[in-house]
Amino acid sequence: MRLWSVRRARAMEFAYQALEGALKALHPVFAKIGYARLEKPVAAVERAAKGFLFDCQMCGQCALSSTGMSCPMNCPKSLRNGPCGGVRPGGFCEVKPAMRCVWDQAFVGSLKMKRGRTIGQPLSPIDHRLWGRSSWLAVARGDHKRMDEAR
Amino acid sequence: MNPASLNPEIGDPSAAYPIKPGHSSGGRLERLLREGRFAVTAELNPPDSADPREVYERALVLSEVVDAINATDASGANVHMSSVGICSLLTRAGYAVVMQISCRDRNRIAIQGDVLGAAAMGVANILCLTGDGVQAGDQPGAKPVFDLDSTALLETVRTMRDEGKFLSGRKLSVPPRVFLGAAENPFAPPYDFRPLRMAKKIAAGAQFIQTQYCFDLPLLERFMSRVRDLGLDRECFILVGVGPLASAKTARWMRSNVPGIHIPDAIIQRLEGAKNQRAEGKAICVEIIQQVRAMKGVAGVHVMAYRQEEFVSEIIQASGVLANRRRTLEAGAAS
Repeated sequence: MRLWSVRRARAMEFAYQALEGALKALHPVFAKIGYARLEKPVAAVERAAKGFLFDCQMCGQCALSSTGMSCPMNCPKSLRNGPCGGVRPGGFCEVKPAMRCVWDQAFVGSLKMKRGRTIGQPLSPIDHRLWGRSSWLAVARGDHKRMDEAR
Repeated sequence: MNPASLNPEIGDPSAAYPIKPGHSSGGRLERLLREGRFAVTAELNPPDSADPREVYERALVLSEVVDAINATDASGANVHMSSVGICSLLTRAGYAVVMQISCRDRNRIAIQGDVLGAAAMGVANILCLTGDGVQAGDQPGAKPVFDLDSTALLETVRTMRDEGKFLSGRKLSVPPRVFLGAAENPFAPPYDFRPLRMAKKIAAGAQFIQTQYCFDLPLLERFMSRVRDLGLDRECFILVGVGPLASAKTARWMRSNVPGIHIPDAIIQRLEGAKNQRAEGKAICVEIIQQVRAMKGVAGVHVMAYRQEEFVSEIIQASGVLANRRRTLEAGAAS
């Protein structure tokens, strides 16, 4: 399914932009209900949806739009800025030889995307406190700084 | 008291050379690259030993021809003497070093501390690496850390140096003055992404690049031509990785067991057909160095002679890349 989504990176990008707009518009509603109260149920929905589509690992600081819609947290080295030097012939993973390299896929995906060039901008180190938390709510709250910076 | 006065033979490793305007470090490597000289660096095979003499002996044979010695950080995920330990010994003896830092074994707290310690010892060059996976080495059951990746590590050290603060934003009283390097592997897929990935590393702070072993010149040229199109050869110094293959058997072993190494069949066949495979391996290496030297945008070579340090001097001399080279730069620029 992860590979299916990358092949449809352009459509996914479009869907994601729509989602982002919707989330930002919903901010007053979320604020009224209370973000703390929403965290658990929204994270559960996000985990299910993105887990199905991208093998999402719930790092809590989603960067899919600047990684060709290929989730970088599936990389055994958790690389968020590009492939390592160990990619095997044919584009297979150094650590798990049967798996397609996440970044080989990311590059293919980025070429299909309208804003795929953001793959060239360095991403800051991950904040390990955010594991398991919802990226969607972070976007709605407007504190998804890294994601915006990456554009 | 000047520590140099305690032992005149060793000198004070922490004494900084004057840093020229526009330079990041007081090191010899940065100086000669910026002067447009063809640079030679080489990797020191770290000992499985607590004896400092093993480090000094290996450094001595390399020092005949190299501008800086790379201290590897458990490369191939095999345990050896640490890069910090080797750098401590080498800077004490007055060698110029490139300290390699891999993200595989330490988190950002440990790494930032090592950067400060290294700069304090007189390390002028740091190479930021992701690191081979633990499956490749002798401790496959180890926990892979990968808290940072190589690009994030570059950004971290650059922030420490240029902004004088840790990743957390906390201030440093004296920043580490280091010349920053990164690795690139033009010989691994996705080939078309490699130049862009290098650009990304430059954007994050890389000032020099040391590549993986080059045994395939057409593939290197493909990479370099894209690099030149993007103007990246003017934004960083590219040192191409080279090394002698001891035999066809070793070449086959490396190709299938060391991550990221690409050796074309033609090279292996040439080794197999030779009477003296070791001599042929050296001859191939000399030829590759000469062809790399002629390639536009290449600033130097990085020699990785696995368990063959004694041949590095011979290979470099035979290649002629240091011919007519003024070996001493200005007084005091020996580090």
